[in-house]
Amino acid sequence: MGDIRLMKGNEVIAEAAIRCGCDGYFGYPITPQSEIMETLMIRRPELETGMVVVQAESEVAAINMVYGGASCGKKVMTSSSSPGISLKAEGLTYLAGAELPALIVNIVRGGPGLGTIQPAQSDYFQAVKGGGHGDYKLIVLAPASVQEMNDFVDLSFELAYKYLNPAMILSDGVIGQMMEKVELSEFKPRWTAEEIEKISGSWATTGKKKGVTRRISTSLDLDSAKQEIFNHKLQAKYRAMEENEVRFEKIDCDDADYLFVAYGSSARICQKAIEIARAKGIKVGLLRPITLFPYPTKAIQAMLGQVKGILSVEMSAGQMVEDVRLAVSGKVPVEHYGRYGGIIPTPDEVVEALEQNFLGE
Amino acid sequence: MTATTELKNIISEENLIYSKTPVLLDNEMHYCPGCTHGVIHKVIAEVIEDMGIQEETIGVSPVGCSVLAYNYLDIDWQQAAHGRAPALATATIRLMPEKYVFTYQGDGDLASIGCAEIMHACNRGENIVVFFVNNGIYGMTGGQMAPTTLEGQVTATTPYGRDCKTTGFPMKISEMVSLLPGTRFVTRQSAETPGAVRKLKKAVKKAFANTREDKGISFIEIVSTCSSGWKQTPVQSNEWMKEHMFPYYPLGTLKDE
Amino acid sequence: MAKFKGAIVVDTEKCKGCGLCVVSCPTKVIELARDVNGKGYHYAHMANPDACIGCSSCGLVCPDTVITVYRMKVS
Repeated sequence: MGDIRLMKGNEVIAEAAIRCGCDGYFGYPITPQSEIMETLMIRRPELETGMVVVQAESEVAAINMVYGGASCGKKVMTSSSSPGISLKAEGLTYLAGAELPALIVNIVRGGPGLGTIQPAQSDYFQAVKGGGHGDYKLIVLAPASVQEMNDFVDLSFELAYKYLNPAMILSDGVIGQMMEKVELSEFKPRWTAEEIEKISGSWATTGKKKGVTRRISTSLDLDSAKQEIFNHKLQAKYRAMEENEVRFEKIDCDDADYLFVAYGSSARICQKAIEIARAKGIKVGLLRPITLFPYPTKAIQAMLGQVKGILSVEMSAGQMVEDVRLAVSGKVPVEHYGRYGGIIPTPDEVVEALEQNFLGE
Repeated sequence: MTATTELKNIISEENLIYSKTPVLLDNEMHYCPGCTHGVIHKVIAEVIEDMGIQEETIGVSPVGCSVLAYNYLDIDWQQAAHGRAPALATATIRLMPEKYVFTYQGDGDLASIGCAEIMHACNRGENIVVFFVNNGIYGMTGGQMAPTTLEGQVTATTPYGRDCKTTGFPMKISEMVSLLPGTRFVTRQSAETPGAVRKLKKAVKKAFANTREDKGISFIEIVSTCSSGWKQTPVQSNEWMKEHMFPYYPLGTLKDE
Repeated sequence: MAKFKGAIVVDTEKCKGCGLCVVSCPTKVIELARDVNGKGYHYAHMANPDACIGCSSCGLVCPDTVITVYRMKVS
C-alpha cells in the first residue's frame, strides 16, 4: 500500500503536483481553490524538489508565467476558479496556439460574473468549447473524487506532453473542498536539463546552442497560408485525442432502461440516485465522462439501442447536455436536470426529474 | 596612388572596425526606415556577443512593432501576449536562474496593457533585463495615442492633440519603477547619435552584468522615434524627439544600486 | 598625431535610405544616391570618400546595420 491520507481535494492537487515532478506553480488566490497555493507554500517544495511556487499579481500574470515556464520545457501549472479562468482565457489560447504543455486546474464556482463561491459546473462550455479565441481545444479531465484529483495531475501532464497542448482539470467546489481517503502517488523526480533536452529539445527555449537553429515559442504567423496549415495540424491533433484519449466510466449500465450522463460531483449524486431509483424498480445506469474533451460520444451512442431516455445531470442550466444531444442525434429523448448558482441537487431531486421526464409522473 | 586603389587598400579584413555582429541575423528588418528598434536590436546583439552569452540568453518579445524581434536576434525567444512579457520572463528566470532573460517592450505593451505585469516584476526584483522602447505612439496599429504620448501631440486617436484633461498625462514609467524597492538599475537612454548609441551600449552591458551578479531587475528605457507615426522623416523625427521628448523624458540614470 | 583614412561599404539593397548616417557623419562623406535600390529607396553611399576618417558614427546609428566600416592608419 502506498501513502494513504485523509485530505481535501485542493490539498491533494498541491501534493500531487510536488510528487509528479512539477517544476513550477503560478497562481492567484480565489475561493474555493486557495488551498492549492496555500498548501504549496506550507509544503515548501523549493526545499524538497526545487519546485518553484509564485504568487502572481493576477490570474493574467499567472497564466502568462505558465506560458513562459512551459516555453522552457518545464512542467508548470496554475489553478483558479471560474472568474479567474475567464481572466486566464487569453493565456489558454496562446498556450494552445504555441503548442505548449501545461496544467490548468479550475475549481468551478457559480456564475456568471462574480457569482458565488459555492460549487457549480457552469464552466463546461468555457472548458471544452474554447473560452479564448480561435479554433483550439483543451484536454479536459473531470475528477469525481479526491483520489482522481491526485491521479489526474500526473495524467494531465502526461497528456499535455504527449500532445503538446494545455490540459485542464475541471473540478468544482465540492471536490475541491471535501475530504476523502486518498492514496497519494509515488514521488517522481523533476526532469533534469538533459531530460528536458531529450523530451522537448525541438522546441524548448533553453538557450540557443551552437550549430542549432534558435527556438521560438510563438503563436504568431502572419502568413495566412501557413496559419491555415498550422490549424489543420491542430485539428489533426484534436482528432487523434478523440481517437485515443476518451475516458469514461459506466455504472449499472448492463440492464439499464434509462441513463444518467453526469461528470464530477453530479456523477456522485447520480450514483445515489441510481440506488433510490432501482429501489423503486426503475432500471437506470450512469455514464460518467472522465474526459470532457475528448468527449465519450461513441460510448453514449453505444447505449442508444438499449435505453429509452437519457437525463443529463449538471450543476448548470444545461451545457454538457448539448454534447449528449449531439451524440444521440435525436434517436432517444434527452433531457437536462440541473441546479445552479451554487446549489447542489439532491439525489431525490434527480430521481424525480427522471420520473417526470420519462415515466409520466 | 589613385582614389580607387586607395579605397581598395582600406577595405580589407585587417582594417575592419565596424560590422554586423553574427548575433544579428541576416533577415531584413521589417521596420520602417530610420526606426530606432533596429539600432536597439543591434546594440543588444552586440552586447550579447561581447559578453559571450548567446547560448544562455532568452528574449521575450512583445505585441507591437517589435513582435517579430525574434526574426533578428539569433537567440531563443518567447513571444508574449500583449503586455505579458514580464510574466513570461519571471517564470523563465525562476525556472532557469542561470540564464540571461530580457523583455523587449514598447510603450503600448509595457506602459498601457502590461502596466500591472511590469510593475510587479519590478517590485519582485526579478533577475531580468527590461528594454522599454518609448516613442510615445502605437506604431503597429497605425499611430494611436500611447500612455507616453506628449500633451498636445497629434495621433490617430488624438487628432486634435492629446488633451490631458480627458486622456490623462504622459506616464513617466522609469520614474515610477525607480521608486520600487525591487529595481536595481533604472536608466533612460536614447539612440539618435553615435554618442547616445555608445552610452546605450554601456547601459545594456551593465544590465546584463547585473543579471550575472544576480542583482535583480535592470530597466532601460530608450526614448525613440516613430517617423511613420509622427509623420516626419527619420532625421526630422530625431530633431522633434530632442526638442519635445527629452525635456519631458530627461535622459540619464535614475537609479543604480 | 596619427591620421586615419576610412571607408565604408553599404549593403545598398538592404539600405532603406533613412538618412540617419548622412547627418551623423562628422566629415560629410555620405549622401543618399540619386538612384534607387530594388525596394525604391535612395540608398546611402560615399559621395566624398576622401573625407572619411573611419569613425564608425554612420555604422552606429544605422538601424538596419547595412554599413561596414574600415579604418587605416596613414602617416
